[in-house]
Amino acid sequence: MVMVKDETMSIRTSEDVVRVRQVARELALAQGLSLVDQTKIVTAASELARNTLDHGGGGTVRLEAVNSETRRGLRLTFEDQGPGIPDIDLALKDGYTTGGGLGLGLSGAKRLSNEFEIFSRVGEGTRVMIARWK
Amino acid sequence: MERIPILKMGDYLLVTIQVDMHDRLAMTLQDDLTEGIARTRARGVLIDISSLEIVDSFIGRMLGNIAAMSRVLDAETVVVGMRPAVAITLVELGLSLPGVRTALNVEQGMSLLQLARAEQENINGYGER
Repeated sequence: MVMVKDETMSIRTSEDVVRVRQVARELALAQGLSLVDQTKIVTAASELARNTLDHGGGGTVRLEAVNSETRRGLRLTFEDQGPGIPDIDLALKDGYTTGGGLGLGLSGAKRLSNEFEIFSRVGEGTRVMIARWK
Repeated sequence: MERIPILKMGDYLLVTIQVDMHDRLAMTLQDDLTEGIARTRARGVLIDISSLEIVDSFIGRMLGNIAAMSRVLDAETVVVGMRPAVAITLVELGLSLPGVRTALNVEQGMSLLQLARAEQENINGYGER
């Protein structure tokens, strides 16, 4: 597998969330994703970056442009060392929220992605990986 | 402090969102608009989002809040210019913007606001004068 681009950004402020959207957009465009697919992955990135900031107390995102023989696209991995999620199934339910929002961030990001993985341990943190393929 | 400008035209307030808003900026706009409706006694608010490349759940919630708050203050809100890719994504995200009136462009949005106002005046009995 050949990676053309791989960078990690920190998420500490709401301006960082905007920057994550912009870099995700550039990568999605460079990877040749359609306009709708670009919009989906950037929107998912925005939701997850906000979760990292608001629920995880800040963290990082790794943005990888993936180019293999079989697929081409974008993979984003959000990581924080926050309180973790005690019940992932509950957190993935539409409308479930602990932050006063709409409760669509995590479940929506999953629907907008082709691949979705979440690992979380209470007291240690959360890692969410999403990918969108061309 | 960074702010989104709000223009007053007759009885209406117009907002064109041209920057990629961070969350605090969106909250400031929500507060400024609500305060602006009360202060200017505006009858309608038109929000042009044609420059927005995405609408996520936070911005969606803000649009819903503005519509709800303006309704309580006796003003209509219409959101115009949503890009098709944004509309597709928004629905898949799980947001259908309940309670938010939409129109394709500024012109149709203004017509909608004027129509809503005329209907309101008919109900209030000013129509025959």
